[in-house]
Amino acid sequence: MNLLQTFEQEQLNKLTENKKIPDFQAGDTLKVMVKVVEGTRERVQAFEGICIARKNAGINSSFTVRKISYGEGVERVFPLYSPNIEIQLVRRGVVRRAKLYYLRGLTGKKARIAEKIVRKTGANMVVPQKQEPIVPAEPEVEAKERSTEE
Amino acid sequence: MRTGLIAEKLGMTRLLTEKGEHVPMTLLKVDNCQVVGTKIAEKDGYTAVQLGVGTAKVKRVSKAMRGHFAKAKVEPKKKLVEFRVSEDALLKMGEQLSVDHFVAGQYVDVTGTSIGKGFAGVMKRHNFGGLRASHGVSVSHRSHGSTGQRQDPGKVFKGKKMAGHLGSEQVTVQNLEIVLTDPERGLLGIRGAIPGHPGGYVLIRDAVKKKAPKDLPYPAALVNASAPVKEETPAPESAPTVEAE
Repeated sequence: MNLLQTFEQEQLNKLTENKKIPDFQAGDTLKVMVKVVEGTRERVQAFEGICIARKNAGINSSFTVRKISYGEGVERVFPLYSPNIEIQLVRRGVVRRAKLYYLRGLTGKKARIAEKIVRKTGANMVVPQKQEPIVPAEPEVEAKERSTEE
Repeated sequence: MRTGLIAEKLGMTRLLTEKGEHVPMTLLKVDNCQVVGTKIAEKDGYTAVQLGVGTAKVKRVSKAMRGHFAKAKVEPKKKLVEFRVSEDALLKMGEQLSVDHFVAGQYVDVTGTSIGKGFAGVMKRHNFGGLRASHGVSVSHRSHGSTGQRQDPGKVFKGKKMAGHLGSEQVTVQNLEIVLTDPERGLLGIRGAIPGHPGGYVLIRDAVKKKAPKDLPYPAALVNASAPVKEETPAPESAPTVEAE
């Protein structure tokens, strides 16, 4: 490891020290709590949608979350290790691609992703929320709409 | 006028602050930066310090240069550079400089050799617009077009911008902010990009066009262990700069 990589690793260790990043991948539904500073006030804004891409590149890692907001597709790219965000895993999805850019061209029923059933073994298993196996993306996202204003 | 520092470019990365801001940063290493020679007004007509950085293999250093290094009682250096300084900022031979020479938040000018681009066309070299994509233009979409007028003056003026060699020349970027100093490992972080490849040497000086902060170490921040010669200068300076990182 050269000095630059060592430096980045040290910074990563410091950033992940008191923060747990759930194990997630493309296709999972995430709820990202974003710290927003308005003047002096600080509040948390939620952004919930499907993770359509994840870039693993050390400290430069990021992920893209897509949701349908008021009938319009909205994508947001978050830095994975940003101290301003907190990631919650809502639901896992079954997908066969690493990047789900094809979802951009699909709406409604076609844009659904089947839920991954996780076997109830293992220590750090993620228990998904109670939901029907196949849920259309739209109504689920709209239910959480009021908490977010973009 | 203080001396500058010679540093090796390690590459670019980002700094994530506690507020969640991303700072694009170039990481530099100052490796064993020592004073190898000095120039004084009476003898040389000007005042300067010659700094050396890195470690060169002794067998690859010429006999003449070995003698030069021996005079300053330092190990052979990879890179030698002279920095003009004012008379009161002269340093003693063999003294080692610390990265605490620069303080986080201050502005610097960085000089380096830009990445060579080879023989480049005018669009890349001089930001020409090129010719149109259609309307009868064939083959010469990236050409420069006309180079002059008519029978009078009947020649191409000197200095006409044309295709040619680009890059691999000395470039100075002014007013870059120091965001980090790490004296233990000799690391410096500068906000933004600096010229040259990773592994190339660059010169860092105090910014000419910005006011320097008051708490800058003067004449220089030294590494105490190897240079106990000047006790009074490094001691007070090292305290505030360490916590700045």
